[in-house]
Amino acid sequence: MVEFALPKNSKITKGRHYPAPSGATDIKTFKIYRYDPDTGENPRLDTYDVDMSDCGPMVLDALIKIKNEIDTTLTFRRSCREGICGSCSMNIGGRNTLACTCATDDVAGAEVAVYPLPHMEVVKDLVVDLTHFWAQYEGIQPWLKADSAAPQKERRQSIEDREELDGLYECVLCACCSTACPSYWWNGDKYLGPAALLQAYRWIADSRDEATGDRLDDLEDPFRLYRCHTIMNCTNVCPKGLNPAKAIGEIKKLMVERTL
Amino acid sequence: MACPLRCNGALKHNTEVAVPTSPSRPLSPHLTIFRWPLSMALSILTRVTGAALAVGLVLLAWWLVALANGPDAFATIDGIVDSWFGGLVLFGFTAALFLHLGNGIRHLAWDMGYGYDAETTHRSGLFVVGFTVAATLLTWIVILAA
Repeated sequence: MVEFALPKNSKITKGRHYPAPSGATDIKTFKIYRYDPDTGENPRLDTYDVDMSDCGPMVLDALIKIKNEIDTTLTFRRSCREGICGSCSMNIGGRNTLACTCATDDVAGAEVAVYPLPHMEVVKDLVVDLTHFWAQYEGIQPWLKADSAAPQKERRQSIEDREELDGLYECVLCACCSTACPSYWWNGDKYLGPAALLQAYRWIADSRDEATGDRLDDLEDPFRLYRCHTIMNCTNVCPKGLNPAKAIGEIKKLMVERTL
Repeated sequence: MACPLRCNGALKHNTEVAVPTSPSRPLSPHLTIFRWPLSMALSILTRVTGAALAVGLVLLAWWLVALANGPDAFATIDGIVDSWFGGLVLFGFTAALFLHLGNGIRHLAWDMGYGYDAETTHRSGLFVVGFTVAATLLTWIVILAA
């Protein structure tokens, strides 16, 4: 349901300020969303002045520096630091992206604003609960389904058929797209969102998969698929440069084509 | 902390998935912190103008009903239409009409599978804004010149 204002327990309060060490000249200010489930207090916005002369170029470098040297309580997910695990997705400078592939210098605005992925339940600081997101992914049955007898070796695919999967299989499930989508914000309980739909199309487009009809039946629903109103935020934010909106458009086209 | 990946086993084919909710956890901010791309603003404006056009058509019907009700009724409503306020409403109506039309055509292209990449989307959005301004101004230049 559309709700513009945040619930009472989610209103952000003024936080603490951590100044840079004296003598630092190249200072960048990070405003970071904090929520501590142990105190039960409302979320706050902490300010960290970071000495960039002793910090890596990416936002993730700065977050790790803050955690190591300034405030060890700062909590965020990270793993590969090279844009392939999809763990450090968050909202930086008003844009959902991966902290590890986002250069601090490229962030819009004088200060670097860092928030968790939008319109999600916050577990702690920049960590949001992705349970529902994973469940939706699992719900589209992201595996090869074929009734025909398994061949002696692998199920083969022509080079052209394999190319159909380019731009689809690279998704790292970071949830940047789904949590950038206003439709997902208001109807995320029923609407699958761009990430799950991109993966649904990845299996629909796979020449080896034999369950295309079932997959389309599963999506033919006013909410699951058709809450996509081509707002295009998904494609605009995808840190891997993929195009979920186009994949959803292809599914919608197949829905029409199969009735003709 | 229990954080089951399978929401209560509710992951059967074609079933809705239980939304995990916890009253104590805050909801992360969304509209207020998100930097709006042009396409997002246009999408919302298309919806707003669609609603505004529906209301505008009721006013237009009212004007026609007044016309059918005879010269006195028509003179009353025509006085309102002719005032600066009526002109402002009509100006807004034409602007809303052209924005809704322009973005409607953009949606038609999308629905046929064209113009999905981020750069094309931004350019077609700019085109819709330009079209709205130009068509609205042109319409009013023609109206006021007549």
